[in-house]
Amino acid sequence: MEIKVVRQILEWNENCHAELQKLFDEKKVLVINIMGSPGAGKTTFIKRIIEELNKQYNIGVIEGDVAGKIDAEKIAEMGIPVVQLNTDGACHIEAMSIKNMLCDFDLDKLDILIIENIGNLVCPAEFDIGEDLKVAILSIPEGDDKVEKYPLMFSRADALVLNKYDMKNVFNFDEDRVFENARNINKDIKLFKVNSVSGEGLNSFIEMIKNKIKK
Amino acid sequence: MHELPVTQSIVSIASEEAYKHNVKVVKEIRIKLGRLTGLMPSCIQYYFDIISKGTVVEGAILNIEKLPIRIRCGSCGKESIIDVNSYLCSFCNSNDIKIIGGNEFYIESLEVE
Repeated sequence: MEIKVVRQILEWNENCHAELQKLFDEKKVLVINIMGSPGAGKTTFIKRIIEELNKQYNIGVIEGDVAGKIDAEKIAEMGIPVVQLNTDGACHIEAMSIKNMLCDFDLDKLDILIIENIGNLVCPAEFDIGEDLKVAILSIPEGDDKVEKYPLMFSRADALVLNKYDMKNVFNFDEDRVFENARNINKDIKLFKVNSVSGEGLNSFIEMIKNKIKK
Repeated sequence: MHELPVTQSIVSIASEEAYKHNVKVVKEIRIKLGRLTGLMPSCIQYYFDIISKGTVVEGAILNIEKLPIRIRCGSCGKESIIDVNSYLCSFCNSNDIKIIGGNEFYIESLEVE
Protein backbone atom coordinates (compact mmCIF):
# COMPACT_ATOMS: atom_id res chain seq x y z
CA MET A 1 0.00 0.00 0.00
CA GLU A 2 1.20 3.48 -0.80
CA ILE A 3 0.81 6.47 1.51
CA LYS A 4 1.08 9.88 -0.14
CA VAL A 5 3.25 12.21 1.91
CA VAL A 6 4.66 15.13 -0.16
CA ARG A 7 6.60 16.88 2.59
CA GLN A 8 9.73 18.96 2.15
CA ILE A 9 12.68 17.21 3.76
CA LEU A 10 14.17 20.56 4.73
CA GLU A 11 10.81 21.69 6.18
CA TRP A 12 12.32 22.21 9.62
CA ASN A 13 14.58 24.85 8.10
CA GLU A 14 12.01 26.34 5.76
CA ASN A 15 9.49 26.83 8.58
CA CYS A 16 12.09 28.57 10.71
CA HIS A 17 13.21 30.70 7.76
CA ALA A 18 9.63 31.91 7.23
CA GLU A 19 9.26 32.66 10.94
CA LEU A 20 12.48 34.70 10.94
CA GLN A 21 11.50 36.64 7.82
CA LYS A 22 8.24 37.62 9.49
CA LEU A 23 10.09 38.76 12.61
CA PHE A 24 12.68 40.75 10.64
CA ASP A 25 9.89 42.44 8.67
CA GLU A 26 8.09 43.41 11.88
CA LYS A 27 11.30 44.75 13.40
CA LYS A 28 12.31 46.38 10.10
CA VAL A 29 15.71 44.71 9.96
CA LEU A 30 17.29 44.13 6.56
CA VAL A 31 19.11 40.79 6.67
CA ILE A 32 21.96 40.06 4.28
CA ASN A 33 23.43 36.57 3.87
CA ILE A 34 27.00 36.78 2.58
CA MET A 35 28.25 33.57 0.94
CA GLY A 36 31.44 32.57 -0.86
CA SER A 37 34.56 30.42 -0.71
CA PRO A 38 37.14 30.62 2.10
CA GLY A 39 39.42 33.50 1.15
CA ALA A 40 36.98 35.17 -1.24
CA GLY A 41 37.15 38.28 0.93
CA LYS A 42 33.81 38.06 2.73
CA THR A 43 35.02 39.63 5.98
CA THR A 44 36.91 42.45 4.24
CA PHE A 45 33.82 43.14 2.14
CA ILE A 46 31.63 43.23 5.25
CA LYS A 47 34.01 45.62 7.01
CA ARG A 48 33.81 47.93 4.01
CA ILE A 49 30.02 47.89 4.01
CA ILE A 50 30.05 48.71 7.71
CA GLU A 51 32.41 51.65 7.17
CA GLU A 52 30.13 53.03 4.48
CA LEU A 53 26.87 52.57 6.35
CA ASN A 54 27.41 52.70 10.10
CA LYS A 55 27.08 56.47 10.42
CA GLN A 56 23.60 56.32 8.97
CA TYR A 57 22.36 52.93 10.17
CA ASN A 58 22.64 50.56 13.12
CA ILE A 59 24.36 47.40 11.98
CA GLY A 60 24.81 44.00 13.62
CA VAL A 61 26.87 41.07 12.41
CA ILE A 62 26.74 37.30 12.87
CA GLU A 63 30.04 35.68 11.92
CA GLY A 64 29.71 32.04 10.92
CA ASP A 65 32.82 29.90 11.04
CA VAL A 66 33.60 26.26 11.55
CA ALA A 67 35.91 27.23 14.42
CA GLY A 68 37.54 30.21 16.09
CA LYS A 69 36.55 33.85 16.45
CA ILE A 70 39.10 35.63 14.28
CA ASP A 71 36.50 37.32 12.09
CA ALA A 72 34.24 38.35 14.97
CA GLU A 73 37.18 40.07 16.66
CA LYS A 74 37.88 42.08 13.50
CA ILE A 75 34.28 43.31 13.43
CA ALA A 76 34.16 43.94 17.20
CA GLU A 77 37.20 46.24 16.85
CA MET A 78 34.98 48.48 14.75
CA GLY A 79 32.55 48.85 17.66
CA ILE A 80 29.81 46.87 15.94
CA PRO A 81 27.67 44.33 17.85
CA VAL A 82 28.85 40.95 16.63
CA VAL A 83 28.27 37.34 17.60
CA GLN A 84 30.46 34.44 16.55
CA LEU A 85 28.56 31.36 15.45
CA ASN A 86 30.75 28.25 15.44
CA THR A 87 29.27 25.31 13.60
CA ASP A 88 31.80 22.77 14.97
CA GLY A 89 32.43 21.20 11.60
CA ALA A 90 29.09 21.78 9.90
CA CYS A 91 29.36 23.12 6.37
CA HIS A 92 26.57 25.70 6.53
CA ILE A 93 24.39 27.82 8.82
CA GLU A 94 20.75 26.90 9.41
CA ALA A 95 17.82 29.17 10.21
CA MET A 96 17.56 27.76 13.74
CA SER A 97 21.16 28.76 14.50
CA ILE A 98 20.29 32.35 13.58
CA LYS A 99 17.16 32.27 15.70
CA ASN A 100 19.21 31.12 18.70
CA MET A 101 21.63 34.04 18.24
CA LEU A 102 19.00 36.78 18.17
CA CYS A 103 18.88 37.18 21.95
CA ASP A 104 22.27 38.86 21.61
CA PHE A 105 20.86 41.72 19.52
CA ASP A 106 18.34 44.46 20.19
CA LEU A 107 16.27 44.05 17.04
CA ASP A 108 14.27 47.20 17.73
CA LYS A 109 17.42 49.23 17.32
CA LEU A 110 18.90 47.36 14.37
CA ASP A 111 18.52 48.43 10.71
CA ILE A 112 20.84 45.90 9.09
CA LEU A 113 21.95 42.42 10.15
CA ILE A 114 24.81 41.00 8.13
CA ILE A 115 25.42 37.25 8.33
CA GLU A 116 28.72 35.88 7.10
CA ASN A 117 28.05 32.29 6.11
CA ILE A 118 30.55 29.42 6.24
CA GLY A 119 33.18 29.62 3.49
CA ASN A 120 31.83 27.10 0.98
CA LEU A 121 30.15 27.39 -2.43
CA VAL A 122 27.97 24.31 -2.04
CA CYS A 123 26.03 23.82 1.17
CA PRO A 124 25.10 27.35 2.30
CA ALA A 125 23.17 27.74 -0.97
CA GLU A 126 20.65 25.10 0.11
CA PHE A 127 19.63 26.68 3.43
CA ASP A 128 17.54 29.83 3.75
CA ILE A 129 18.26 31.62 7.03
CA GLY A 130 15.64 34.36 7.24
CA GLU A 131 17.52 36.68 4.91
CA ASP A 132 16.17 39.31 2.51
CA LEU A 133 19.25 39.27 0.31
CA LYS A 134 21.60 36.49 -0.67
CA VAL A 135 24.96 37.84 -1.80
CA ALA A 136 27.47 35.51 -3.47
CA ILE A 137 31.05 36.75 -3.42
CA LEU A 138 33.40 35.34 -6.01
CA SER A 139 37.00 36.55 -6.04
CA ILE A 140 39.11 36.77 -9.18
CA PRO A 141 41.83 34.25 -8.09
CA GLU A 142 39.16 31.52 -7.72
CA GLY A 143 38.76 31.38 -11.49
CA ASP A 144 36.10 32.29 -14.05
CA ASP A 145 34.53 28.80 -14.19
CA LYS A 146 32.92 28.83 -10.75
CA VAL A 147 29.41 29.79 -11.82
CA GLU A 148 29.34 26.78 -14.13
CA LYS A 149 30.74 24.47 -11.45
CA TYR A 150 28.51 25.62 -8.60
CA PRO A 151 25.27 26.65 -10.29
CA LEU A 152 22.97 26.36 -7.26
CA MET A 153 24.73 29.12 -5.33
CA PHE A 154 24.56 31.57 -8.22
CA SER A 155 21.07 30.56 -9.27
CA ARG A 156 19.75 31.50 -5.83
CA ALA A 157 21.77 34.67 -5.18
CA ASP A 158 20.26 38.15 -5.51
CA ALA A 159 23.67 39.68 -6.11
CA LEU A 160 27.03 38.48 -7.36
CA VAL A 161 30.05 40.47 -6.19
CA LEU A 162 33.20 39.94 -8.21
CA ASN A 163 35.77 40.73 -5.53
CA LYS A 164 39.51 41.51 -5.86
CA TYR A 165 38.59 42.99 -9.22
CA ASP A 166 41.96 44.75 -9.44
CA MET A 167 43.53 41.30 -9.98
CA LYS A 168 41.55 40.65 -13.16
CA ASN A 169 44.45 40.94 -15.58
CA VAL A 170 46.92 39.10 -13.35
CA PHE A 171 44.71 36.02 -13.43
CA ASN A 172 43.59 36.41 -17.04
CA PHE A 173 40.03 36.33 -15.73
CA ASP A 174 37.20 36.30 -18.26
CA GLU A 175 34.49 38.35 -16.54
CA ASP A 176 32.10 38.04 -19.49
CA ARG A 177 32.09 34.28 -19.01
CA VAL A 178 31.11 34.71 -15.35
CA PHE A 179 28.44 37.35 -15.93
CA GLU A 180 26.95 35.56 -18.92
CA ASN A 181 26.71 32.27 -17.07
CA ALA A 182 25.30 33.94 -13.98
CA ARG A 183 22.60 35.70 -16.02
CA ASN A 184 21.77 32.48 -17.83
CA ILE A 185 20.90 30.68 -14.64
CA ASN A 186 19.57 33.75 -12.84
CA LYS A 187 18.10 36.47 -15.02
CA ASP A 188 17.55 38.92 -12.17
CA ILE A 189 20.95 38.63 -10.48
CA LYS A 190 22.66 41.99 -9.85
CA LEU A 191 26.34 42.16 -10.71
CA PHE A 192 29.06 44.18 -8.99
CA LYS A 193 32.80 44.58 -9.55
CA VAL A 194 34.55 45.44 -6.33
CA ASN A 195 37.96 45.86 -4.76
CA SER A 196 37.15 45.57 -1.07
CA VAL A 197 40.59 46.77 0.03
CA SER A 198 40.46 50.12 -1.77
CA GLY A 199 36.67 50.36 -1.78
CA GLU A 200 36.55 50.77 -5.54
CA GLY A 201 33.27 49.75 -7.12
CA LEU A 202 31.45 49.56 -3.82
CA ASN A 203 29.16 52.54 -4.37
CA SER A 204 26.54 50.80 -6.46
CA PHE A 205 26.33 47.97 -3.92
CA ILE A 206 25.87 50.47 -1.09
CA GLU A 207 23.12 52.19 -3.08
CA MET A 208 21.32 48.88 -3.51
CA ILE A 209 21.44 48.26 0.25
CA LYS A 210 20.17 51.76 1.02
CA ASN A 211 17.23 51.22 -1.31
CA LYS A 212 16.30 48.03 0.48
CA ILE A 213 16.37 49.40 4.03
CA LYS A 214 12.99 48.66 5.66
CA LYS A 215 11.13 51.80 6.73
CA MET B 1 28.30 17.38 2.83
CA HIS B 2 25.22 17.88 4.97
CA GLU B 3 23.65 14.50 4.28
CA LEU B 4 23.47 13.56 7.99
CA PRO B 5 21.01 16.26 9.20
CA VAL B 6 19.04 15.74 6.00
CA THR B 7 18.83 11.98 6.66
CA GLN B 8 17.72 12.62 10.24
CA SER B 9 14.89 14.67 8.81
CA ILE B 10 13.90 11.87 6.42
CA VAL B 11 13.74 9.41 9.33
CA SER B 12 11.66 11.75 11.47
CA ILE B 13 9.18 12.78 8.74
CA ALA B 14 8.72 9.20 7.52
CA SER B 15 8.28 7.88 11.09
CA GLU B 16 5.75 10.59 11.86
CA GLU B 17 3.71 9.69 8.77
CA ALA B 18 3.92 5.98 9.60
CA TYR B 19 2.52 6.56 13.10
CA LYS B 20 -0.17 8.83 11.74
CA HIS B 21 -1.38 6.02 9.46
CA ASN B 22 -0.85 3.29 12.04
CA VAL B 23 1.73 1.54 9.92
CA LYS B 24 4.04 -1.11 11.37
CA VAL B 25 6.45 -1.69 8.48
CA VAL B 26 7.74 0.81 5.95
CA LYS B 27 9.25 -0.95 2.93
CA GLU B 28 10.21 1.98 0.79
CA ILE B 29 10.49 5.77 1.05
CA ARG B 30 10.12 7.54 -2.28
CA ILE B 31 12.08 10.76 -2.51
CA LYS B 32 12.38 13.33 -5.28
CA LEU B 33 15.70 15.12 -5.56
CA GLY B 34 16.41 17.95 -8.02
CA ARG B 35 19.68 17.83 -9.93
CA LEU B 36 20.67 21.31 -8.79
CA THR B 37 20.98 20.14 -5.20
CA GLY B 38 24.36 18.71 -4.29
CA LEU B 39 23.13 15.79 -2.20
CA MET B 40 24.45 12.28 -2.79
CA PRO B 41 21.82 9.48 -2.72
CA SER B 42 24.30 6.72 -1.83
CA CYS B 43 25.51 8.72 1.14
CA ILE B 44 21.95 9.33 2.34
CA GLN B 45 21.10 5.60 2.18
CA TYR B 46 24.30 4.79 4.10
CA TYR B 47 23.41 7.17 6.93
CA PHE B 48 19.79 6.06 6.81
CA ASP B 49 20.67 2.40 7.45
CA ILE B 50 22.55 3.45 10.57
CA ILE B 51 20.27 6.04 12.12
CA SER B 52 16.94 4.33 11.31
CA LYS B 53 17.83 1.34 13.53
CA GLY B 54 15.11 0.73 16.09
CA THR B 55 12.61 3.06 14.37
CA VAL B 56 9.50 2.13 12.40
CA VAL B 57 11.35 2.88 9.16
CA GLU B 58 14.26 0.54 9.87
CA GLY B 59 15.06 -1.58 6.82
CA ALA B 60 13.26 0.69 4.37
CA ILE B 61 14.82 1.27 0.99
CA LEU B 62 15.23 4.85 -0.12
CA ASN B 63 14.04 5.19 -3.66
CA ILE B 64 15.57 8.51 -4.67
CA GLU B 65 14.48 9.76 -8.06
CA LYS B 66 16.58 12.54 -9.52
CA LEU B 67 14.57 15.28 -11.19
CA PRO B 68 16.03 17.21 -14.11
CA ILE B 69 16.63 20.95 -14.35
CA ARG B 70 13.57 22.41 -16.01
CA ILE B 71 13.42 25.86 -17.56
CA ARG B 72 10.86 28.15 -19.13
CA CYS B 73 12.06 30.20 -22.08
CA GLY B 74 11.34 33.94 -22.10
CA SER B 75 11.67 34.12 -25.88
CA CYS B 76 9.55 31.23 -27.19
CA GLY B 77 7.64 30.53 -23.98
CA LYS B 78 8.26 26.77 -24.11
CA GLU B 79 9.37 24.62 -21.20
CA SER B 80 12.28 22.26 -21.60
CA ILE B 81 14.75 20.11 -19.71
CA ILE B 82 18.39 21.16 -19.81
CA ASP B 83 21.76 19.77 -18.89
CA VAL B 84 23.89 21.38 -16.15
CA ASN B 85 26.45 22.37 -18.77
CA SER B 86 24.21 24.35 -21.06
CA TYR B 87 21.73 26.89 -19.80
CA LEU B 88 19.92 27.50 -23.09
CA CYS B 89 16.39 26.84 -24.31
CA SER B 90 16.28 23.43 -26.04
CA PHE B 91 13.87 24.77 -28.67
CA CYS B 92 15.19 28.18 -29.72
CA ASN B 93 18.65 28.32 -28.06
CA SER B 94 17.75 31.55 -26.25
CA ASN B 95 19.51 32.31 -22.96
CA ASP B 96 16.50 34.25 -21.68
CA ILE B 97 15.46 31.42 -19.41
CA LYS B 98 14.02 30.95 -15.94
CA ILE B 99 14.75 27.87 -13.88
CA ILE B 100 11.45 26.35 -12.78
CA GLY B 101 12.61 22.97 -11.50
CA GLY B 102 15.70 21.21 -10.20
CA ASN B 103 15.76 22.43 -6.58
CA GLU B 104 13.24 19.85 -5.35
CA PHE B 105 13.87 17.76 -2.28
CA TYR B 106 10.85 16.08 -0.74
CA ILE B 107 9.36 12.78 0.38
CA GLU B 108 6.66 11.89 -2.09
CA SER B 109 5.26 8.70 -0.60
CA LEU B 110 5.84 5.64 1.57
CA GLU B 111 5.32 2.04 0.49
CA VAL B 112 4.02 0.22 3.57
CA GLU B 113 2.68 -3.13 4.68
